[in-house]
Amino acid sequence: MKQNTDQMNRMKQRLLLNNLMKHSFLFLTLIALAVLVILIVQVFTQGIGWLDWNFLTSKLSLNPDRAGILGVIVGTILLMVVVGPVTMLLGICTAIYLEEYAKKGRVHSFIQTNISNLAGVPSVIFGLLGLTVFSRMFNLGSSIVAGGLTMSLLVLPIVVVASQEAIRAVPQFLREASYGMGATKWQTIRRIVLPASLPGILTGMILSLSRAIGETAPLVVLGIPVLIMPVPDSLMDDFTALPIQIYYWTLDAVLTAEYANLAAATIIVLLIVLFIMNSAAIFIRNKFQKRY
Amino acid sequence: MIQLMEKEDAATAADQRNEIVLDTRELNLWYGPEQALKNIALQMSEKQVTAIIGPSGCGKSTYIKSLNRMVEMNPLVRITGQVMFKKRNIFHKNYSVEELRTQVGMVFQKPNPFPKSIYENVAYGPRIHGIRKKKLLDEIVEKSLRDAALWDEVKDRLNENAYGLSGGQQQRLCIARTLSIEPEVILMDEPTSALDPISTLKIEELVQELKQDYTIVIVTHNMQQAARVSDQTAFFLNGEVVEFNDTVTLFSNPNDQRTEDYITGRFG
Ligand SMILES: Nc1ncnc2c1ncn2[C@@H]1O[C@H](COP(=O)(O)OP(=O)(O)OP(=O)(O)O)[C@@H](O)[C@H]1O
Ligand SMILES: [Mg+2]
Repeated sequence: MKQNTDQMNRMKQRLLLNNLMKHSFLFLTLIALAVLVILIVQVFTQGIGWLDWNFLTSKLSLNPDRAGILGVIVGTILLMVVVGPVTMLLGICTAIYLEEYAKKGRVHSFIQTNISNLAGVPSVIFGLLGLTVFSRMFNLGSSIVAGGLTMSLLVLPIVVVASQEAIRAVPQFLREASYGMGATKWQTIRRIVLPASLPGILTGMILSLSRAIGETAPLVVLGIPVLIMPVPDSLMDDFTALPIQIYYWTLDAVLTAEYANLAAATIIVLLIVLFIMNSAAIFIRNKFQKRY
Repeated sequence: MIQLMEKEDAATAADQRNEIVLDTRELNLWYGPEQALKNIALQMSEKQVTAIIGPSGCGKSTYIKSLNRMVEMNPLVRITGQVMFKKRNIFHKNYSVEELRTQVGMVFQKPNPFPKSIYENVAYGPRIHGIRKKKLLDEIVEKSLRDAALWDEVKDRLNENAYGLSGGQQQRLCIARTLSIEPEVILMDEPTSALDPISTLKIEELVQELKQDYTIVIVTHNMQQAARVSDQTAFFLNGEVVEFNDTVTLFSNPNDQRTEDYITGRFG
């Protein structure tokens, strides 16, 4: 192209704008990052001093110096003991049905749409559902089972969608190879489809559990008591879990400032747990990606 | 005396020839509104190799996939007519596809081993048909791999993943996998189109071996391959069988002008 001053000027302008955009994007990204860093630094400086072995292994107490989160941790673990199997069973079965059995027609798209809708329903609504159905109708009160079932409904769409994607990613030629040898649908699912999609399903499971661990609103709606709870030892016991304890301690900090430190220490524990779970999910996803 | 024996041999050979394993009668097939197969009528005799040739899109894959009803995995597909497999109509509602596919095995165009070990790939068939005994499985795996001319190459690494094999080895593994359930018929849809010339030759030799025990239907784009491996050949065009004859006649002395044009490379 023949270069005249006019074109040169336009070129300069374009390069200038290009540079400007690049730096503004970087700047805006850094703002978001900075907020996150501030938050984490603040939580850590406030809570790290309180986070020791005693804090992890003592029971709740009104006295901030003696209070620990043993019961809270046990509550969270037991909650997962309910959420894990329930979502795994319902989630994987739903995904298998939708991907392998259901005819792609009206019923299929109706269920599919509703699952997507369910994923967008605010968690408070799930709390209300749990309150109505599990707490009141089935008389489960604010027990671990009631909380767990409520949480299961909340994270079910995540597991279903992730499992569906994993199942869909299994190449059709593997199914054909299996059917071509006279295998039934169930044999093909059990021996070919599920093993090949297991990493994706597991990733979805872990992500849904980590969502359930951090979720607060449904438990608040279920009416988890604010009282000091003993360490639960059965699934029918009342309980408290990490995020809800953080919430109560933050509320109580208005009266006793030290509760804020306990909340911060608990946040650290929660963040570490979530970090480990998400790393595990990413690890599994990367390790088993694309094997065909 | 010798003459007599020869005659008898010839007679039994002819009898065997006449034993029709797959008899396609007025088969029509539609994908939605599009008709892909029109009034197909073909007979395949026991322990014969039938080649199916024809230009791209003429319905070769559709036809061969009808023979083990894999084509019906596409919900758009509608079929009329009959395919008699050993005198039973494969489309009859009492004939389960699982039973049919145990008798009529298939080797696909692209090698498609399972993401499992070589051993598990071959043991898959017997396992889904209920064989659990380790010793029996071992025997079947070895025999199938031997029959697929792969045993010597893999016997020391049966537990390695099948995806570590070359394309040609993978295809022979897929053949071994098909042999493991001892079908009567083996369908092959362009089994060498993804392979190099040497692997192709190996598979062709293998087909010659296998026809001692199996009835084989092979789709191919390669005219020489059809001429080399098959006893009879069907030429497909636009979903119809234009010509069906024994291979030597069809290639040396075709009846139809279109067949001649195709095999001399004037179109397709
Ligand atoms: N899943 C499908 N849906 C709709 N039409 C199809 C489908 N599969 C094949 N067809 C049509 O059926 C006809 C026959 O296709 P088929 O795959 O059997 O041809 P082919 O002879 O095997 O071709 P090639 O040599 O390219 O493999 C074609 O016109 C094709 O467009
Ligand atoms: Mg084809």
